[in-house]
Amino acid sequence: MSASAARPSDVLPGLGRKIGSLRQERRWALITAYISLVVAAIVMLAPPFYMLITSLKTSAEISNPVGTPWIVRDPTLANYTALISDPMFRGFFWNSIIVTVLVVAVTMVISVLAAFALARMKFFGSQVLATGVFLTYLVPDTLLFIPLYQIVGGLDLLNSKWGLVLVYPTLSVPFCTWIMIGYFASIPKELDEAALIDGANWMQMLTKIFIPVALPGIIAATIFAFTVSWAAFVYPTAFITRPDEMPLTIGVVSQLIRGDTFAWGQLMAGALLAAMPPVIVYAFLMDYYIAGLTAGATKG
Amino acid sequence: MAQVNIKKVVKEYEGGVQAVKGIDLDIGDKEFVVLVGPSGCGKSTTLRMIAGLEEITSGAIEIDGNIVNDVPPRDRDIAMVFQNYALYPHMSVYDNMAFGLMLRKFPREEIRRRVENAARILDIGPLLERKPKALSGGQRQRVAMGRAIVRDPKVFLFDEPLSNLDAKLRVQMRTEIKKVHQTVKTTTVYVTHDQVEAMTLADRVVVMNHGIIEQVGPPQVLYHSPATKFVAGFIGSPAMNFIPARLEQASGALNVRLSDGALLPVPADRTARYAGHAGREVLFGIRPEHLTAASQMEARPGLAPLSLTPEVVEPLGAETLFYCWRDGGEICAKIDPGVAAAPGVPLAMTADMNRMHIIDPATDKVL
Ligand SMILES: Nc1ncnc2c1ncn2[C@@H]1O[C@H](COP(=O)(O)OP(=O)(O)OP(=O)(O)O)[C@@H](O)[C@H]1O
Ligand SMILES: [Mg+2]
Repeated sequence: MSASAARPSDVLPGLGRKIGSLRQERRWALITAYISLVVAAIVMLAPPFYMLITSLKTSAEISNPVGTPWIVRDPTLANYTALISDPMFRGFFWNSIIVTVLVVAVTMVISVLAAFALARMKFFGSQVLATGVFLTYLVPDTLLFIPLYQIVGGLDLLNSKWGLVLVYPTLSVPFCTWIMIGYFASIPKELDEAALIDGANWMQMLTKIFIPVALPGIIAATIFAFTVSWAAFVYPTAFITRPDEMPLTIGVVSQLIRGDTFAWGQLMAGALLAAMPPVIVYAFLMDYYIAGLTAGATKG
Repeated sequence: MAQVNIKKVVKEYEGGVQAVKGIDLDIGDKEFVVLVGPSGCGKSTTLRMIAGLEEITSGAIEIDGNIVNDVPPRDRDIAMVFQNYALYPHMSVYDNMAFGLMLRKFPREEIRRRVENAARILDIGPLLERKPKALSGGQRQRVAMGRAIVRDPKVFLFDEPLSNLDAKLRVQMRTEIKKVHQTVKTTTVYVTHDQVEAMTLADRVVVMNHGIIEQVGPPQVLYHSPATKFVAGFIGSPAMNFIPARLEQASGALNVRLSDGALLPVPADRTARYAGHAGREVLFGIRPEHLTAASQMEARPGLAPLSLTPEVVEPLGAETLFYCWRDGGEICAKIDPGVAAAPGVPLAMTADMNRMHIIDPATDKVL
């Protein structure tokens, strides 16, 4: 672009054209990339942004749109304070947190143990089992909720968050197990043999070697289990009708929409508040995840 | 400090593959034994059975006089160094070495003392805080050895520990391993497919082939008196030449008759040994270093003249190798670099008949 960059083409016109065209190709690639990324970002971020805008408006402003709806004329935090001071909404939040923490814990314990057994202890049928575990993940929850309804009902756990703690792992365990099998299988066999000779038993091998070495996989699986549980919609819709047992996802829509009256401002504020924990978890774990991946790669 | 006794040990993998076909081997206290042989001959399997990583199909393995067939690896008091080092990637060098001791609940101070002692022996003191990722191949190899040394086990087991290193480092680490053994004097079983490694390290070399032991002996014995054609060809580089020939008796003397008519007299002290095979087809085995140019040798008893025509000449600096082909086989000879050798020009050579071997082609035994 500068004078010095243009000089080779004066001396060697053929070569110069080549370099120039390469550079131009690079530029086009960059421009295309930027444009598509910007478009994607706008498409992705427009809904949350619109939610934010709406959550800051009064009901009067929402129901009486004048001019563009993309700006707030009269910003207010009333929707947030109303929700936060509402014990029912706080109840939804608590229910989601309790269910999610338990589901993540149960899922990780089961899937790490299962993956360790399936990846390392060769026993009759372990290969078939590993495939079977993955196949169960392919059955959609919209198909499963009817039989599960009967099971949960039989256990007398309908209308209870404990029922959710029971059924969410049916979605999260197979996938997490499958992720962990992949990670564990990539750990060289000699590592367990070295640990065996060093005196480790199976449990120590798992806790002191496999879990630390497969930490990136464990974090990926944790994020997945967290997402499944936090964002679950079909199961709680089917199994929970009592407001005090509802998690956020259905609590917000069922309690803030009464008949045809949509409390849009509160709905949006509720949805944004509900989206905060995943954002925080992702931000925190992602850093850790990347730190784990690159640890020691550049040091020394 | 312990001895290892292997008694009629067989290993059959599922699927019926017999990797080890009933071997007997007694390894003495403080001895450095090297298992050597071509790929797939069952060396690693044997080592892993001693370690307890592989079950024994039949037979018995004793460590220190106790049968360990059903003893898990952690209770056999052995340490193993793997080909790919198998260092724990998330632990520092210090923790890698301390791990086995921590699991065995050694006191903190004792662990520190042992790790620092091993680090001093192996010269890795400054690396103790690093992670394995930040180490070179040779350094990782040392850490893997350190992990074995700190345990002060009854037996060291090495499975091709040097094969991931480049040639120069391999030679250096080879000396290092020998030095460590001379310092700690632990009974050692070492697996390699490199016969030079075997010859330089071993008190005794065990040559394996197809799941059996061909011969056990000190390196010099294997070199000078191989028991089978396989050992004769495996030990020594370049490999021994095997030339089809006939043993002929003429007026009380024995001769080796080559197919082109050349007659090589068998030394008098060996005639009795071969007398029973007179008139039979045999393989005449002679190492390249015992086929030398006539001009570089002083005449002495046992040297037989022979004319060879080099076809490919390889000057290596300190010596010159040449190859020729006859009777469908290749013959390699090692001559003084001062001797002029050119492809296609017949060269007057001598065969040192004191160092030759006669092999029975039916049994592949050295007679
Ligand atoms: N887990 C296994 N299942 C079935 N066969 C096996 C198994 N492990 C090894 N073998 C077979 O047993 C034989 C001996 O294997 P082993 O690993 O002991 O050879 P090796 O002498 O160590 O060879 P290399 O120098 O290539 O390491 C081989 O034919 C191999 O294919
Ligand atoms: Mg091997």
